[in-house]
Amino acid sequence: MSLKALELGKANLEEFSATMIELAEKDSKILAVTSDSRGSGKLVSYAEKLPEQIVEVGIAEQNLVGVAAGLASTGKSVFAVSPACFLATRSLEQIKNDVAYSNYPVSLIGISAGVSYGALGTTHHSLHDIAALRAMHNMQIVIPADNFETREVITYAAQSEKPIFIKFGKKNMPHLPRVNKKFEIGKASVICEGSDVAFIACGETVAPAYEAARLLEEKGISAEVVSMHTISPLDEAAILKLASKCKAIITVEEHSVHGGLGEACAAVLLQNQAIVPFKIVGIPDEDTVPGSQGEIFDYYGISGEGLTKTALNLLK
Amino acid sequence: MKRFSDIELMLKSVHYRKALLKYIKIAKAGHTGGSLSSTDILNVLYNDVLNVSPENFGDPNRDRYVQSKGHSVESLYVVLADKGFYPESDLETLCRFKSKYVGHPTRKVNGIEFNTGGLGHGLPISAGIALAGKKDKAPYKVFTLLGDGELAEGSNWEGAMMAAHYKLDNLTAILDHNSLQITGRNRDVCSPYPIDKKFEAFGWKVVIVDGNNIPELRKVLNATPAEEGKPTLVIANTVKGKGVSYMEDVKKWHHGVPSDEEYKQAIAELDSQEAELKKQLETVNS
Ligand SMILES: Cc1ncc(C[n+]2csc(CCOP(=O)(O)OP(=O)(O)O)c2C)c(N)n1
Ligand SMILES: [Mg+2]
Repeated sequence: MSLKALELGKANLEEFSATMIELAEKDSKILAVTSDSRGSGKLVSYAEKLPEQIVEVGIAEQNLVGVAAGLASTGKSVFAVSPACFLATRSLEQIKNDVAYSNYPVSLIGISAGVSYGALGTTHHSLHDIAALRAMHNMQIVIPADNFETREVITYAAQSEKPIFIKFGKKNMPHLPRVNKKFEIGKASVICEGSDVAFIACGETVAPAYEAARLLEEKGISAEVVSMHTISPLDEAAILKLASKCKAIITVEEHSVHGGLGEACAAVLLQNQAIVPFKIVGIPDEDTVPGSQGEIFDYYGISGEGLTKTALNLLK
Repeated sequence: MKRFSDIELMLKSVHYRKALLKYIKIAKAGHTGGSLSSTDILNVLYNDVLNVSPENFGDPNRDRYVQSKGHSVESLYVVLADKGFYPESDLETLCRFKSKYVGHPTRKVNGIEFNTGGLGHGLPISAGIALAGKKDKAPYKVFTLLGDGELAEGSNWEGAMMAAHYKLDNLTAILDHNSLQITGRNRDVCSPYPIDKKFEAFGWKVVIVDGNNIPELRKVLNATPAEEGKPTLVIANTVKGKGVSYMEDVKKWHHGVPSDEEYKQAIAELDSQEAELKKQLETVNS
């Protein structure tokens, strides 16, 4: 067997906060803006080390994003940090007008994204944010898969001249292998190469896709896995290349099956007459089953076994 | 509604506190501090004020309670169980896979009016219910429970302005004024003060009460509207983590889950409060 088992790293959330401290210590222009969210954002030690570089606005996410936009307009490098479920919902109009339309480079950091707060109910899930933000011009959307991508995208965001939305969860993530250990915004990252089926995944679903590739390898099926960390702008060339290289494509995301990575890929494929067996795996249009992130993933087939089954069915 | 004595209600509060700690302990999750601070308020509402029961829950004239600070769902869940909406043992599944008892109020659970958990929703929702009551000349009253940290959400102030404009005196907002939010003291995080003067300026009648004092709460919550033609804000001064000495007024218990040792101590403290109240009850009865 050539695909190796993965080693566990830390939570992307932890990597985010470590990166923030390193960057902000070197650059006083960097500001974190929080809405009673420094604890959930693991920014307590950041706040202790750099009290002048954190702005607290209280439990007020609309204010959070408006204030962040104002700060950014003066040339500061601003990270607005709040649970994804509130950030891309409560403050949606501020994101649309003050950040995206006005085009100020706020870094919107959605913590505990997707179903990280699975057992807290739908108020605390964020399964619509790609759909909403993908429809906004100027908005970059990046969902890092592991600690490496998290560090890279946070470092990028600190310098970016355009708005960016970044989201991640709070569970420890495995370190993923990479064919080419380089991170580039808007360029898919190949985790492992294959020719039978391709998994296009993002964020915390890349690891289960890789697990599926391992299980499929045991069955003599070769699977390619890419981390499509950047949803906007989307790497269309990579998607089309996979369509010509593999017999089937499966997209995987911790998001509603409506309006997310899967539908974005489908639009690219169809409009380029690239017709391959294709399946979108995500959270279906129903009352999301409550539970831990892992339980919810298993239930909806976002697991090594579930994705293996999906692949076998699609290749039949 | 059965009329309880003050001591009987105080005993209920102790029972609720023990129960909610038990289910938080089993679930290994929960919003402990704010559930304990609001226990007495929910107790008085459901056992002395609201005309709400499993029997009349479909009645359009029932009183309404909307929990805006949805995270303190554990106190609400145990009170609704005690009211007979479902067996208390259901709560053993709190926050488990596929359980309807998720970590914020949901209408899947019998007795709950609105799905809350995102802060800053309860006041506008309650204003809407109260406005419908005025339009329909319905007799019901509407109550909502707000957190003090929650007041930073602008929607509260939008709702407050509108509720006064429409003279919604069938609406009472209760503020669980425990002076803490996740990061620390409200006044250090982003000060909401002066709360009373702000609401008064918005056209509300403001009443201040000890929110962990059953007889006082009974008096105030049964006397709404505090002024005809105006919505009422009851500022209930509470202690976050009330009833468990080491949790009281300590921010980490916002969503802290006690260890086995801590849990034992908490239950022991509540047991002794219970024994003391039972003694008082016996003296009164004899
Ligand atoms: C819109 C929204 N933003 C943030 C949160 C996360 N959150 C849950 S509880 C809480 C603190 C609430 O403090 P307070 O209102 O004082 O409640 P209490 O002290 O009574 O628990 C926060 C920030 C949320 N649930 N909803
Ligand atoms: Mg509070």
